[in-house]
Amino acid sequence: MNAEIIAFIALSTIALVSALLVVLRENPVGSAFSLILSFFAVAGLYALVGAHFVAALQILVYTGAIMVLFVFVVMLLNADKPVLDFLKTSKWIKMTGAAAGIILLIVTGIALQPARTIQATGPWSTEQLIASGGHTRVLSLSMFSDHLFAFELTSFLLLAAIVATIALAKRRRS
Amino acid sequence: MQFHPWMLLSVGTAMFFIGLIGVVVRRNLLVILMCIELMLNAGNICFVAFSRMHQNLNGDLVAVFVMTVAAAESAVGLGLIIALYRTLKTVESEKLQLLRD
Repeated sequence: MNAEIIAFIALSTIALVSALLVVLRENPVGSAFSLILSFFAVAGLYALVGAHFVAALQILVYTGAIMVLFVFVVMLLNADKPVLDFLKTSKWIKMTGAAAGIILLIVTGIALQPARTIQATGPWSTEQLIASGGHTRVLSLSMFSDHLFAFELTSFLLLAAIVATIALAKRRRS
Repeated sequence: MQFHPWMLLSVGTAMFFIGLIGVVVRRNLLVILMCIELMLNAGNICFVAFSRMHQNLNGDLVAVFVMTVAAAESAVGLGLIIALYRTLKTVESEKLQLLRD
């Protein structure tokens, strides 16, 4: 048990428990704050395995932008009293959900078994990343050379999302 | 006990199914959207884990793109929920019965 594995267990426990709380809490505001905690723990996991750029983006984009939007909308719309709505969900839906989740978890667990014996073959080991100037530098060089088209496509996607959101949320005068 | 990326992969898998069950059993549209974010996040964890397994940075890159898609998706989804709330005054998924009959 070294320090890395202790940090991993702590962070993944926080991430999974707060992910469960997102589903189980009755108040949508409580769900949103649990989700923020979960995203922070996941950012810690990314930083732990050396994906520093992804960790920074996780905090900036998810907890910084998306969750602010979520909390804003929850507080804007949350007029009703909070109810634990999944207690009112019909028994069949709950049974189907739990059964589907467990069966798929088992199937995925079996399907992912070969991943335990994968031998690393790529060029970017941790030492190689450090020698080349760090994760952010290597990832950015890759993003703006090999994957430039995908990068431009995402900017187009964001533009489309902005236009769609404005068209949806605009109050129409009739 | 040494850290291996498959541990991260199992965390991602567990989080994905928590999100899936949340989408199925919850009825508040906002919580359903949060659970979808949880599932996208779990997919990101798996991408980063595979990236570490293969010592290849393309997984991290896909994770960054998935974050962009998640941001766009949540913006459009919340816009839809606001438009829905304006017409129906509810965010309960079972009250959406405009097309029934």
